[in-house]
Amino acid sequence: MSASATRLDSESVDMNAWFDQRFDEKMAEREAAHTPSMTIIATKGTMDMAYPPFILASTAAALGWDVAVFFTFYGLNLLKKDLDLKVTPLGNPAMPMKLSQGPAWLKGRELPVPTSVMSLLPGFERMATKMMRKTMDGKGIAPIADLREMCIEAEVKLVACQMTVDLFDYGKEEFIPEIEEWVGAASFLPRAMTADVNLFV
Amino acid sequence: MTETAHTLDARGLNCPLPILRTKKAIAGLDVGEVLEVTSSDPGSLKDMDSFCSQTGHEMLSSGEVDGDFVFRIRKA
Repeated sequence: MSASATRLDSESVDMNAWFDQRFDEKMAEREAAHTPSMTIIATKGTMDMAYPPFILASTAAALGWDVAVFFTFYGLNLLKKDLDLKVTPLGNPAMPMKLSQGPAWLKGRELPVPTSVMSLLPGFERMATKMMRKTMDGKGIAPIADLREMCIEAEVKLVACQMTVDLFDYGKEEFIPEIEEWVGAASFLPRAMTADVNLFV
Repeated sequence: MTETAHTLDARGLNCPLPILRTKKAIAGLDVGEVLEVTSSDPGSLKDMDSFCSQTGHEMLSSGEVDGDFVFRIRKA
């Protein structure tokens, strides 16, 4: 091998090392300047399914992330001024049915009746909701209204599905004024495309 | 050196409230000030670490004291 070829080789090795180092530096700079972002699609309107979107959104906001939640179909109920969310074990056999209070022989034990039978009783849903709320209060779990308020405070973007309002004949005055916009899928997807985390609840 | 001027009692609260309250309390501090948080939620041991590494605040110490979890966090 000639002397000049050896010199060229060593130059290109230097060049590669220089490039690798600059590249790493630039990538680190970029990462440090990047604000993480998350979009969530909330489609459920029951009390239990209201928790995941609001817990994740408020926590991500606390971590300094940009968060937007798109509420569609029954999820739109989570944006009503009058939050009247219910929970039912019907069709939800994994939901524990335990009394948080009552006689000692019954307290804390799984009720020995199938939920499909229990749910035939009038007022059953209201009772199940009350039981769940009571259990949550006892364990220091925030009510949905509080979590929603924290999301609003933390500037989580609440986006509502226009089609759902039309579909169910809702009046927009039934919803909280903090809703950022009423849009369709085509407006939400570009935001989701650039987000680091996308969740469907 | 102990330099605790600010405390937050998050006992009795469950996920994600200890984190949300901590974030709020820290927002009211000056950079370099220390917040001492007491929580009864065992999940907050890992969550507080994650909160600090995401937000850049410095976890000075964390551990169990008399059945509760105590965190000392310096605002960055």
